[in-house]
Amino acid sequence: MSTIIKILGTGCPKCKTTTALVEEVVKENNIDAQVIKVEDIMKIMEYNVLSTPVVVIDEKITIKGRVPSKNEIIELLK
Amino acid sequence: MFDWIQHIADWLVFDLLNLEKGARLAEALNFFIYDTTKILLLLFFIIFLMGIVNSYFPIDKVRNFLSRKRLYGFEYLMASLFGVVTPFCSCSSVPLFIGFVKGGIPLGVTFAFLVTSPLVNEVAIGLFIGLFGVKMTLIYVVSGILLGTISGAILQKLKLERYLTPWVQQVLANAKKEQDEFLAEKQTFKQRLPIIWDEVLNILKGIVPYVIVGIAIGGLMHGYIPEGFFEQYMSKDNLFAVPAATILAVPMYSNASGILPIVQVLVAKGIPIGTAIAFMMGVVGLSLPEAMLLKKVMTFKLIGIFFGVVTLCIIISGYLFNIIL
Repeated sequence: MSTIIKILGTGCPKCKTTTALVEEVVKENNIDAQVIKVEDIMKIMEYNVLSTPVVVIDEKITIKGRVPSKNEIIELLK
Repeated sequence: MFDWIQHIADWLVFDLLNLEKGARLAEALNFFIYDTTKILLLLFFIIFLMGIVNSYFPIDKVRNFLSRKRLYGFEYLMASLFGVVTPFCSCSSVPLFIGFVKGGIPLGVTFAFLVTSPLVNEVAIGLFIGLFGVKMTLIYVVSGILLGTISGAILQKLKLERYLTPWVQQVLANAKKEQDEFLAEKQTFKQRLPIIWDEVLNILKGIVPYVIVGIAIGGLMHGYIPEGFFEQYMSKDNLFAVPAATILAVPMYSNASGILPIVQVLVAKGIPIGTAIAFMMGVVGLSLPEAMLLKKVMTFKLIGIFFGVVTLCIIISGYLFNIIL
């Protein structure tokens, strides 16, 4: 089953950078994953987070409030 | 303390580029190199320092603290202080607002945090030290914290909960003092360092262009606006100067890095410091883009009241600065 990666963010520059990075990593490493952007604030709040961007992998919150590095994303997707 | 930067600037301009000492361009370039180097170094240190502090005070911890502890009236001051050490980008203001409300933190306390955070942060402090010196920085930081504290307390008294948008009221009704078990990241300092370091570089990358452009524009203004130019329009005796500067500034948006070098020149050219700081606080603290973001959680009326109260507090502190300094 492919991994579901959700990026939570209201559309700020940091969130866009994060989405682009995650998509890049997925593509470059041929990872079987689906990247979904969540921009609806009510949906975002269901995750009970205080700062964006947030990276959610298979419904588990991994990174919040900052742009991760590529290596970090690779580690998380292993 | 910064003599060695002056030596480097001198060497670069007068020896390496072999420009003539005293020539206008050479002096301007020399000043520009000295100023940017000094300010970027200061910014680097302050951002790094704050990064370490922040690593141990993540926003979730702050919320749990404010939500759980009984602070007997000190909660506004605490929220305001947390606003200083917890940087958050303006796009996080909505999740943060909801998160605080959800945790049962009073509206006024949340506002105190929201007001102080953009006004007093690592970038503003670093720039302030570089441009105005330590004493002015302390005055600014204290007044920024008080501004958030007082605005927050006033906003709480106004009982504004009914002006939240319906879905936020729903959240409010279900709010509980969450004992949200916060997964404290048990990391050693060594493990934290790379993350802090990345964050420092990220912040610097974001602001360096603004700082350089700001200092360049400031430098040009230095050269071409005559000394005391603004005094005729905006002297201390002109009672309308402070409100006019503040109201002009509120819709504008810039972060501290772009606006501060320019404010410094304005002060050097005769604008009273209180008027200049009121202008800066208006630009950095409140803006139309922020109002648009908050629209998701607040009715227009509430945004109006929020902006109104903060603007009023900024104007009052502008007058105070002009009187004391």
